[in-house]
Amino acid sequence: MSNLDAAVKEAREALDAHTRETVQWHFSPETGSPFWLDKAKTYDFDPLKDVQCFEDLKKFPLFEDEWLRGGPVTRWAPKGLEGKPAYVFETGGTTGIPKSRLVYEDHWIDYEVFSHTLPDQYFPKGSNWLMLGPSGPRRLRLAVEHLAQYRGGICFCVDLDPRYVIKLLKKGKIKEAEEYKDHVIDQVLTILSAGHDIKCAFMTPKLLEALAMKLIDKGSSIAEAGITGIFGGGTEFSPQWYRFCREELLGPDVYITPTYGNTLMGLACSKPFDPADNYKITYHAPEPRAIIEVVDFKDYNKVVDYGQTGRVKLYTLTKELFIPGFMERDEGEREHPCPQYPWDGISGTRPWHEIAKSTTVGVY
Amino acid sequence: MLEVPVLRWGKVYESMEKQPVVHFDTGEPMAFTHQATGSMVKMDLRKAQKARDALRQFSIPQLLEICTKAADLYLNATLPMGTGTLTPAEFCRIQSATTGLPEHMCAGNMRKNAFVLGHMGDVLGSLMRGLPFDILAKGYGKEAGRDVMVSYQANTPVLGAVLPNNSPGVHTLWLPAIPMQIGLMLKPGSQEPWTPYRIAEAFFQAGLPKESIALYLGSHEVGGALVSDCPRVMMFGGQQTVEQHHGNPRVSVHGPGFSKIILGDDVVDNWEDYLDLMTDSVFANGGRSCINCSSIYVSRHGREIADALAKRLGPVAPLPPTDPKASIAAFTNPQMAEAVHDQIEELLKGDGVTEMTAKYREGSRLVSAERYAYLRPTIVFCESPDAPMANTEYMFPFASVVECPEDRMLASIGQTLVCTAITDNEVFRQQLLDAIHIDRLNLGPVRTMQINWLQPHEGNIVEFLYRNRAFQDSPPPAH
Repeated sequence: MSNLDAAVKEAREALDAHTRETVQWHFSPETGSPFWLDKAKTYDFDPLKDVQCFEDLKKFPLFEDEWLRGGPVTRWAPKGLEGKPAYVFETGGTTGIPKSRLVYEDHWIDYEVFSHTLPDQYFPKGSNWLMLGPSGPRRLRLAVEHLAQYRGGICFCVDLDPRYVIKLLKKGKIKEAEEYKDHVIDQVLTILSAGHDIKCAFMTPKLLEALAMKLIDKGSSIAEAGITGIFGGGTEFSPQWYRFCREELLGPDVYITPTYGNTLMGLACSKPFDPADNYKITYHAPEPRAIIEVVDFKDYNKVVDYGQTGRVKLYTLTKELFIPGFMERDEGEREHPCPQYPWDGISGTRPWHEIAKSTTVGVY
Repeated sequence: MLEVPVLRWGKVYESMEKQPVVHFDTGEPMAFTHQATGSMVKMDLRKAQKARDALRQFSIPQLLEICTKAADLYLNATLPMGTGTLTPAEFCRIQSATTGLPEHMCAGNMRKNAFVLGHMGDVLGSLMRGLPFDILAKGYGKEAGRDVMVSYQANTPVLGAVLPNNSPGVHTLWLPAIPMQIGLMLKPGSQEPWTPYRIAEAFFQAGLPKESIALYLGSHEVGGALVSDCPRVMMFGGQQTVEQHHGNPRVSVHGPGFSKIILGDDVVDNWEDYLDLMTDSVFANGGRSCINCSSIYVSRHGREIADALAKRLGPVAPLPPTDPKASIAAFTNPQMAEAVHDQIEELLKGDGVTEMTAKYREGSRLVSAERYAYLRPTIVFCESPDAPMANTEYMFPFASVVECPEDRMLASIGQTLVCTAITDNEVFRQQLLDAIHIDRLNLGPVRTMQINWLQPHEGNIVEFLYRNRAFQDSPPPAH
């Protein structure tokens, strides 16, 4: 057995153990949430007895994110965490009632795990950060701010309201959306020029591009503005854009790493850049806290073969949230484990072809 | 397999993603095209001044000489096309294979483009109304023979163009930019990369600096970036696109033509004298163009005229695109042809409109295959301008013959790209001259698609790319 095979086996055993522990937590009356304790009564199996490994999670029906809409949000509160200060983070919500997730510390833990994947050379400890993305009811601002603090820095933030941008785009008000983007970028330029020694940043591809081009117009660059490390995310982070970004927007002195995630799952890291990969971006979920499977379009319990295309299925297994299989609105190709991440990955993430035509992606 | 790269200011860029360009009938890939992105366009726009600077190393007469050489190369030479080369015959064959346009029409469009390129001095001279070319190059100068200072200032270092798939003849419209020392950022149609690439290669071989032209095959995002960021853009689209950009001085939209023929009361009784003119205007070049006639307005004899046209055009059936007698082009998207056919059938249920071609056509208007479809020529008679289809344009030989009193014609025809009006009635002629909803007016027996290239088309490109502004280098006479 190779070292990698051994690592894969070990990771799988850890995942099975973590699954048992998480299911026990969420379905025990002493620690579980009202939602899952009620739900268990509708099942023809006993989660406490019948879930002994990760594969057993397939006994659960698929998680429906519609369940997250509306209150009381406390139905999701595990009894075992009673008394801890809670946050609520929203997803969706351009129209209608948004989906809400109750969070205690997961957003901190997720980003601490992520922090250990960042190269110190480009994300120097103690340096300050810029968070260029949505705040308000989103978790991103607090998570990135925690990341900065965890690494010994301070986070400067520029606010952005994606729901407003989506409304503008749906009304065909392209000019107004562009003006809003300019308004956001102007604030970034001001902060970067204010002597705050910002070296690291979170930015989405669209805003990074807008910022880089604005700096070019001013005869400067991201590198000259002092930034050395950026992480970003979104399905528009395509290999072609990754290449364009490295070759033309950033240059050799600025490191960028793609990430993939959402409010439910946390943050999947990408395999470190290797010229041999030809800009293919492969994400690995932060197992065992979250798991990504690439599953058959017609059978969501069947993982596709390596290299084959399927839909993204997410699992979240933390003490704060239990998601036993949720069908994400993305698709991609299943990738092999690697030494850094001895479990499956996914590449080529893009909007699921069935809904790609009707979705507004990459608004910020 | 032929691969066609992105050209970024003359430099080959090989993208990570490639798209096949397929044969309209078999679906077999004929080539793979590299794919540009909107980000590349936005980045390259920031270097656009270099394209103009490179062109300004040449005088306008030198650039015109390059155009003449390029015309010959474009028409006759074996030229590079991405990773391969194409002879003129191969060029026509591959263009026909991916667009569904008959090969002899591809050759015809090639001659048209080459003619304009080869006569660019005359074209530019005409569009500049005889002003010395040096005024554009230098920015100011005196009108020949008059002591009047004139100044033209470039509005943009480059012209962006979002080009169509369906009509290789439209490329004549952006060609004058080069001798005007304005660079080009072109987004070719996904099925028709051939003409822009061949013209660019002909230019390069004729001595044009490569950094003056960029070619971006890619998705709609590429066109979107050009339209949103390029200071001057030419684009082609439907009525919705025209309306979307109406009044935007940066964007010149070429949409449907709704071109017309009007026979005045004084000549309409002799309509048979103009039957060839009407037939050709409706039918030439597969009836695809905005300059093909889509409505014929007459005060009487409408049904007879429609019947006579139908008798000529109704029997026309599709032939393989390699057949020299092929006269209609395939729709490479069969669903589009079906939708047009269904819409026509629905509108024909209305009052006051009759299809005249049906009785001369054996079989359906719609001829479907798995990957393509044809729509056979269709002539309808409209009893009045209020009838359905009295002012309709489709991408195949379709025309309505509309009966309308002469004094209501100009109020009824709507926006019209080309109007051929035949009348000796001086009052009516003056009204036609005054009608601002007519763009190109042919006052006399000129086929709607008989374009004189010395005339501006949907605006004068000189005025689009340059602005005529005041300039003084000495105080004016005392007054």
